[in-house]
Amino acid sequence: MKLALLSDIHSNIQAFDACVADARARGATQFAFIGDYVGYGANPSEVVDRIMAMVDDGAVAIIGNHDAIACNPPAAPSDVLGEMTAAWTYDQLSAEQRKFLIECPRIHVDGNVLLVHATADAPERWHYVRDERSAADSLNAAVKISDEIRYVFGGHVHRQTLYYQGQGRGLMAFAPTAGAAVPVSAHRRWIATIGSVGQPRDGRTDAMYALFDREKAQLTFTRVPYDYGSAADAIRAAGLPEFFADRLLRGQ
Amino acid sequence: MKLLEPGETLDGFVIEDCVHSGGMAHIYKVKYANGLADPGFPMAMKIPRMTAGDGAENIVGFEVEQEILQALTGPHVPRFVAAGDLTRVPYLVMEYIVAKPLDHWLGQAKETGERPSPETIAKLGVAVAKATHSLHRQNVVHQDMKPANVLIRDDGSALLLDFGLSYHGHLPDLLAEELRKAIGSPVWMAPEQVVGVRGDPRSDIFAIGVMLYELATGELPFGAPSTTGGLRQRLWMDPPPPRRHRPDLPPWLQEVILRCLAPEAAQRYPSAAHLAVDLSNPDQIKVTARGTQTEGTSFRVHFKRWIKAAGMSYQPSPLPTEQIDQVPIVMVAVPNRDVTDATLYSLRVAVNRSLGTRPGARLACVTVISSSETSASDASKSESRVHTRYLEMLKQWAQGIEMGSHQTSFHVIESGDPAEALLAYARGNHVNVMVLGAATHGLKLQPFIPTIPIKVAMEAPCTVILVKQELPFAQLGAPD
Repeated sequence: MKLALLSDIHSNIQAFDACVADARARGATQFAFIGDYVGYGANPSEVVDRIMAMVDDGAVAIIGNHDAIACNPPAAPSDVLGEMTAAWTYDQLSAEQRKFLIECPRIHVDGNVLLVHATADAPERWHYVRDERSAADSLNAAVKISDEIRYVFGGHVHRQTLYYQGQGRGLMAFAPTAGAAVPVSAHRRWIATIGSVGQPRDGRTDAMYALFDREKAQLTFTRVPYDYGSAADAIRAAGLPEFFADRLLRGQ
Repeated sequence: MKLLEPGETLDGFVIEDCVHSGGMAHIYKVKYANGLADPGFPMAMKIPRMTAGDGAENIVGFEVEQEILQALTGPHVPRFVAAGDLTRVPYLVMEYIVAKPLDHWLGQAKETGERPSPETIAKLGVAVAKATHSLHRQNVVHQDMKPANVLIRDDGSALLLDFGLSYHGHLPDLLAEELRKAIGSPVWMAPEQVVGVRGDPRSDIFAIGVMLYELATGELPFGAPSTTGGLRQRLWMDPPPPRRHRPDLPPWLQEVILRCLAPEAAQRYPSAAHLAVDLSNPDQIKVTARGTQTEGTSFRVHFKRWIKAAGMSYQPSPLPTEQIDQVPIVMVAVPNRDVTDATLYSLRVAVNRSLGTRPGARLACVTVISSSETSASDASKSESRVHTRYLEMLKQWAQGIEMGSHQTSFHVIESGDPAEALLAYARGNHVNVMVLGAATHGLKLQPFIPTIPIKVAMEAPCTVILVKQELPFAQLGAPD
């Protein structure tokens, strides 16, 4: 059983479709969406439709900070980067779509796997898992939720990093190689940020997602080329800030 | 875990004899249970002495070995068969190898009081270096090479064992910790390992240096330190020159050994493939003062290095393959008959371009001559005379190459099949780029007989650059 983990799609339908197709081609039979389906990009409605349909088919979806704010956008126009597109996104979504988003849980536990968009210690505060310490905080909180937890998968930071217990006390950070299956044996605990489907920020334009093979206990971080030109064009055509189009072309 | 008895079965394997009882693990010969045919080779099962119940940290080396052995392929590692669940019954089933550990040569020397000949040491060194390079090309650094972990088969090839302390560039390093500790065996551990660096292929080259040193002299270059202070010595200290222990040791071998043992990784061979080329061609090794000296390094030099070493600390390593790709072996096939100046000129231009921006690249100039050119009875065609003549030709050709810091060697190969000879050389020496003439004059026949360049390009294990004549020469020959 292969579980595809997708996060931070950010209304980028081109990247989303490319990743889902890639995951299916690699044998994914289950899908988990780890938040931030909307914001920044030009196709929020299409992305949410796809996800709602897949959730109907058994996929799991949890809420991200951009989904929450798009359902309750700030009254006055905001110059905070993350909030600039919220009001526009709100208008693009139907009431039904907004209801779907706001009803997504913050945390989902399935056996020894815990999904959370940001951190398990304070999911509503949207902290970043940006180093070994914050990773350890999130992992420890996850274990308090259920002692069985061996894997915590999150997004939010738009980077792919795997944190693991080395021989020392604290966690160690590991930068995965795209496409290389990493053994993640269940006798250890692991916490991973799986990267961003729709807005990569590590200087490469390719979309990111991860594939978790439960039986083999392997985690594969993946990069998928997609038509970022069209995604950027759509952002410009929608009249959204130019910056959000440019950063897709630079992967920044 | 308790010793298993012959006839017992474990996870579908029938235990036969216990062939090794070490401090860390037992090794048994095994067969598939239920009379299933073996996989085409004999199998061995390695079972750690510790079990998961003894504390996870004791078993982590076994976990590392399980992961890395599964990720490795090729003739220089035992083939992986199966792994047991670490939390239930940890074991590893792999190919059972019939070969002698390098220990055998050391033991034999001790018994007979006779050191192995320089030729034997070089041969063993080449085999070990090639096996090591094959590991590095798979992004793995062994980190614990020692005579017990290196096996030599009857055909002279080497095989590496025991990946419990190894590093794989694509896998999380389960042995690492924030306070970077020294991981390895004190006798063979490289200086950078002492300060916690993992993943530098040149650490394995250092360990090979320690093994060659012991083979050559019967002594350990840095002894067997048991304290951190003792281990740190090698951060600044050169070992006593091997020739002080064994004055008849040829300077070329001392040169090679001491280069492997340089305290700074950047001063060692940049890749094990480079080391293998040197040890395969002792007559072409540039012997410096390091090769001939019999006195140790001066106090002044050591003192300076000691100060510098005080600041040596952990640095993360780039991927092993990235490191060795920076120091490619470039091979050029130089034709020796029916060849125009334009072709020779164009080959030089192409070689200069290929060596280009890589200061650590190494050049091998190869020419293939027909076996009929030498004769055992005719003194004027004796092998050494003919070879000398062609070596001279190669050296003259190479005068136009901007060598800078690039190391160069020259090779004359006798063969009736030039394409196969070039391919064999490229395979045997881990060549990264082969440069050869495109021989456009053969193109008309090409639909019927593949020309040498076509055959080489199709079958080569590396990038091939086919060079067309270019040049100032077209203008020179212009008709009035």
